[in-house]
Amino acid sequence: MRSNSSDSRKAKAMLTLSRAVVYIILVFLSILCLFSFYMLIINSTRSNADLQGGFRFLPQGNFLINLKNAWNDSSINIPRGMANSFFVAAATSVLTTYFSALTAYGLHAYDFKLKKAATTFILAVMVIPKQVSASGFVQLCYRFGLTDSYLPLILPGIAAPVVFFYMKQYMASVLPMEIVDAARVDGSGEFWTFNRIVLPMIKPAIAVQMIFSFVESWNNYFLPALLLNKNEMKTVPIMIAQLRAADYSKFDLGKVYMFILLAILPVLAVYIFLSRFIIKGVTAGSVKG
Amino acid sequence: MQTTAKPARVKRKKGISYAKWGYLFILPFFVTYSVFSLAPQVLTIYNSFFENYREGLTQVGPKFVGFQNYVKLFTPDKNGAVSILKFAGNTMIMWIEGAVPQVLIALLLSVFFTSYRLKIRGQQFFKTVIYMPNLIMASAFSMLFFTLFSNVGPVNQLLLQTGWIDEAIPFFDKRVTVRGLVATMNFLMWFGNTTILLMAGIMGIDQNLFEAANIDGANSVQVFFRVTLPLLMPVLVYTVITALIGGLQMFDVPQVLTNGAGTPNRSSTTLIMYLNNFLKTSKNYGMAGAVSVIIFIITGLLSILVFKSLTKDDN
Repeated sequence: MRSNSSDSRKAKAMLTLSRAVVYIILVFLSILCLFSFYMLIINSTRSNADLQGGFRFLPQGNFLINLKNAWNDSSINIPRGMANSFFVAAATSVLTTYFSALTAYGLHAYDFKLKKAATTFILAVMVIPKQVSASGFVQLCYRFGLTDSYLPLILPGIAAPVVFFYMKQYMASVLPMEIVDAARVDGSGEFWTFNRIVLPMIKPAIAVQMIFSFVESWNNYFLPALLLNKNEMKTVPIMIAQLRAADYSKFDLGKVYMFILLAILPVLAVYIFLSRFIIKGVTAGSVKG
Repeated sequence: MQTTAKPARVKRKKGISYAKWGYLFILPFFVTYSVFSLAPQVLTIYNSFFENYREGLTQVGPKFVGFQNYVKLFTPDKNGAVSILKFAGNTMIMWIEGAVPQVLIALLLSVFFTSYRLKIRGQQFFKTVIYMPNLIMASAFSMLFFTLFSNVGPVNQLLLQTGWIDEAIPFFDKRVTVRGLVATMNFLMWFGNTTILLMAGIMGIDQNLFEAANIDGANSVQVFFRVTLPLLMPVLVYTVITALIGGLQMFDVPQVLTNGAGTPNRSSTTLIMYLNNFLKTSKNYGMAGAVSVIIFIITGLLSILVFKSLTKDDN
């Protein structure tokens, strides 16, 4: 009896100890993740002179002045860049999710000769990154006068194998064909059925993929930097790179931090409100075990 | 994420074939893919056999040169270094420096989060925090690190003010610190994502096995090495290969951090930065094509592994 209770006490102590270690690790990693963003926010509230003066851990009162300076900067037109990025990202996310769902539905709901081949093809090209065809892509855009245009940034979104795969997995788990059959009996056309019955049923998948494709497009730097040359067409990541290329020592540092904050703020804001939903969306469709 | 449900088949009602709708619905995808991915891909490969670039205002080529671009790519320069191998090496070193801790820590965290014994509280908070850097604009994140770690940046200021160092550490002048910063950023951006993927993998394992191991008196270390790890292997392999494919595309972070120069002495220039240099001003589609083909072959081989792991249990 006695040894038994001391055993369980020991086990309990071990558990408490290991829990403490785990929490210490988790807190440490969280601080690692948050530190740079904390510094970003603090430093965006400080004036250039104050920033040059030394390290501070607490916010100062210069936030609005920095915001005004960054917003009205003559060489980096950040409001324009944000509007451009927003347009490209919004258009891309709508096209990507709609057409990926359409493609997934085409391969989920119908039987046809090339069905298997088409599915295999999309899966096969899923992990091929865009960068390896970028050279030809850039060349074609220059040849057909599609530089300084958003079309080559938006339209390719119609063919997004990863989003397709997610949609297909999702449909396989939530979309019984009986419903489609029932709609047919009621005289609903195939296209109508997709738009009015299927899309509402896969709303969570649509929402999560809209967020992901928006974020991906908002953050995209490589191709836009090769295709957009005119200042008024540039998107946010290109402007951030310009900021880096400018003579750093001449810059108002408060403004620099404000630019960075503005670049990441829209995504950060969405994430803070929808993190639970977004994190859930990371796994579904991306791994098969 | 097992797909247990078999794809439902439409019951054909007497003589009505819906096949044409299937073709119609997948048509936009295939047209778009052909125009914006397949055609550029073919053109990229085709161009790798041509001399085709701009020098100032004059256009050189296109002129068929066979494998000359590839030969040039692997010819050592006057210092005896082969650029593409050097940059492939840089890419791999920076990837490994970030990916090893990324996978190990993610493995550790995913076990913590799924443990019945530990019952970690505040999981949602921790997951939210560690996943966040994954969504942040890589170029902005890199610019942020550039400002934080500059000679007059807050990190140096803090170290100076607390007396840890006597003069500022020039983070961007040393190979080891530049690569270290790139790897740190990649680590921060990806370990949360990997944690979540591995958690899903662990939760996909038959829970009875853990219970059985517990009843048999296995401790948590034994459970991890004898049950969790072997059963998680397919997911782990998938995660590592996709991370490797992603790592080969490393661009935004080192590009912005070093302003495209790959300083010091091009020790942080990655393969895609090399590609970017050919495309940026000289529009050297010949050399860019050759570099792309090399990257394409490597990623292609890796992709086959991923594809196999994805289709293995699909009949």
